[in-house]
Amino acid sequence: MSTGSRSRREFLLNSAAGLSAAWVTANYAGILEAAAYAQQSPAAGPSAALAFFRPEQAAEVEAMAAQIIPTDDTPGAREARVINFIDRALTTFEKDRQNDYTQGLRELETQTKQLFPSATKFSALTSPQQIQVLTAMEKSKFFELVRTHTITGFFASPAHGGNYNKIGWKLVSYDDSMKFQPPFGYYDALPQFRQ
Amino acid sequence: MIQFTPSTEVDFVIIGSGAAGGIMAKQLSTAGFKVVVLEQGGWGKYGHEQDYTKDEYLNDNATGDDQLMTDPAKQPNTFRRNANEKAVPGVHSYGCVVGGGTVTYGGSSWRHLPWEFNEATTVGAVPGTGLADWPITYEELEPYYTQAEWEMGISGQKLNNPNVAPMTKDYPVPPVPMKASGALMRMGASKLGLEVIPGPLAIITKPYQGRSACVNCSSCSGFGCHVKARSSSAVAMIPLAEKTGNCEIRVRSYVREISVDNNGRCTGVVYFDKDRKEIFQKAKAVILSANGSETPRLLLLSKSARFPDGLANSSGVVGKYLMLGGGAGASGLFEHPLNDYKGVVTGAAIVDFVKTDPKRGFYGGGRMTARGFDTPINYALRGLQPGSPRWGSAYKKALMAEANHKMTVSCFVTQLPLETNRVDLDPDVKDAWGLPAMRITSTSHPDDFKAMEFFRQKSLEILQAAGATKVWAGPVNDSRGSAHNRGTCRMGNDPKASVVNKFHRAHDVPNLFIIDGSNLVTGGRNHPTMTIQALAFRAADNIIKAAKTGQITRL
Repeated sequence: MSTGSRSRREFLLNSAAGLSAAWVTANYAGILEAAAYAQQSPAAGPSAALAFFRPEQAAEVEAMAAQIIPTDDTPGAREARVINFIDRALTTFEKDRQNDYTQGLRELETQTKQLFPSATKFSALTSPQQIQVLTAMEKSKFFELVRTHTITGFFASPAHGGNYNKIGWKLVSYDDSMKFQPPFGYYDALPQFRQ
Repeated sequence: MIQFTPSTEVDFVIIGSGAAGGIMAKQLSTAGFKVVVLEQGGWGKYGHEQDYTKDEYLNDNATGDDQLMTDPAKQPNTFRRNANEKAVPGVHSYGCVVGGGTVTYGGSSWRHLPWEFNEATTVGAVPGTGLADWPITYEELEPYYTQAEWEMGISGQKLNNPNVAPMTKDYPVPPVPMKASGALMRMGASKLGLEVIPGPLAIITKPYQGRSACVNCSSCSGFGCHVKARSSSAVAMIPLAEKTGNCEIRVRSYVREISVDNNGRCTGVVYFDKDRKEIFQKAKAVILSANGSETPRLLLLSKSARFPDGLANSSGVVGKYLMLGGGAGASGLFEHPLNDYKGVVTGAAIVDFVKTDPKRGFYGGGRMTARGFDTPINYALRGLQPGSPRWGSAYKKALMAEANHKMTVSCFVTQLPLETNRVDLDPDVKDAWGLPAMRITSTSHPDDFKAMEFFRQKSLEILQAAGATKVWAGPVNDSRGSAHNRGTCRMGNDPKASVVNKFHRAHDVPNLFIIDGSNLVTGGRNHPTMTIQALAFRAADNIIKAAKTGQITRL
């Protein structure tokens, strides 16, 4: 990991820390549930047959996605089956991006070999090595596309193949129920607002 | 449903079925006139409770019957700040479905205030701008505001407040419940001596006219309402128009020209049908309600020997005085969860700064609204504070930490009408039908920037006073495109300085009526829909009277 990326990530991690405590308290049940889903699921990772990617391509894209939204103390892109979303998007709504992936995976290979000449593929690198490769290409169009697709797949309706078991929604405490009644949140439930 | 053959001369062809077009269709067909509505979009697939899912990705990528907004690939537009710049690809997008923008809008339904109709007189001229008085007064329009609120179905609360337009009658249904973001705004505002009031919304809170009340689902602004609680033209007007047996809604009809005869009267319109076949629909009169940007574009496309500079454009004013509207705001983080993904986008507002205050040293004012969590994909792609990590564990942790703790104060601010801000035809770019694309030229007046900056600062103050643990606000900037586009066919008494008269009749073409945001002389505080709807009801009354007394003819 380069010094630059380490300091950036640590700085931002620290800046978010103050809030995560409050958040975890409020959403602990949701997190546990999401984590449980991920653990129970033997098929975390690609489960459905992929329509666009060859298996070795899927492994590379999924490794990228898993660095963009990693699995840490909570589930990440892998458990949310983001790869299924991307594969499906590329054969439905976003067919016109197929070439960007074919091309982009070559860029990934080049970048990987440049930094780690003995490496065979990106997905075989260690996590810090992968972060180094992605940091080197984070300004590229391909990285931006995979980032957009990973995030979209993580938070889109599960109907599109990702956000498995609503993992993404649970992590941002989004509830997809059909109806809600007030009071909705903490502040509008305060006594001065409930007459 | 009735269908007319294009060769049948109908009484009115209406271009567009949005805020104004839907009302015109319902009013004219109810009065017994034969009407064809040409809508470029489809019917839109929503309003079916059984299919109810929160599908942001589908909504963002909708095609066919799911599509609710224009597709920039088919309808490109370009943008430049001034005439010296080369226009670059633009971001202008708007409702493209039966019901137009009212199908997906947030639903804010503020009336113009009485003094907004004569600010040029009461505030005084602002040099270098086209700030002008309207040819009508608030009092003339007031009964039509009431009619629109009751016929469309607007929720709200009648208030005795000098910064809210006076009403002769309360709203038909009560306001939406206050959300956590509204409560926080109220906590901040009260410390600063400001007041938070419930805003009027085109979202019904009780069953009304056979439609369900809002269920606070949160797939709101930008989505078609799954329970039809949003009082769009599509659910409140079009069904009534169709029921008369006098009105045909012809979808996927992309109009390319309003045709005229040698006498300079409209004969009908030429449009591309869904198979891109050119069809001429004959009509005694044309109602143009295509919105504040497409209306002037269509007039400029409708060139003829008699109207070489575009139809109804002897003044040269068509397309000019474009107002996209000003925006400003700030976001903040709070200790406790807001759960603001529940409920409508916004129902709480501060209106204390709506009026131009000479002490502030600039023309302009606006409204401040409280908003919370957007939608998950949009939030995760763009919702974190500037400088946040964009990927990796730190990104994920920030996303999780901020999602349910963030609120935004979003302000709707004046933009002065400038002659140089305009819609015209791009000389190079074409749309999917081979027609010149829309080109937007717009930059805000220095006073607009001062107004936006004022609201940016106030937003930060309110969030801080509310106890935010962190606040941030991006710099204010020009709008490049907007669903609130207005002013491009302004209404006025002087045919040399305006496009339509006070009854919406084109000065140059006696059987052409233009009714939409393009008529607005001043833009209000960037909340145009309620005024467009009131104007439409008023225009319809006058057009019906004129038609019934033989004052609208092709001869």
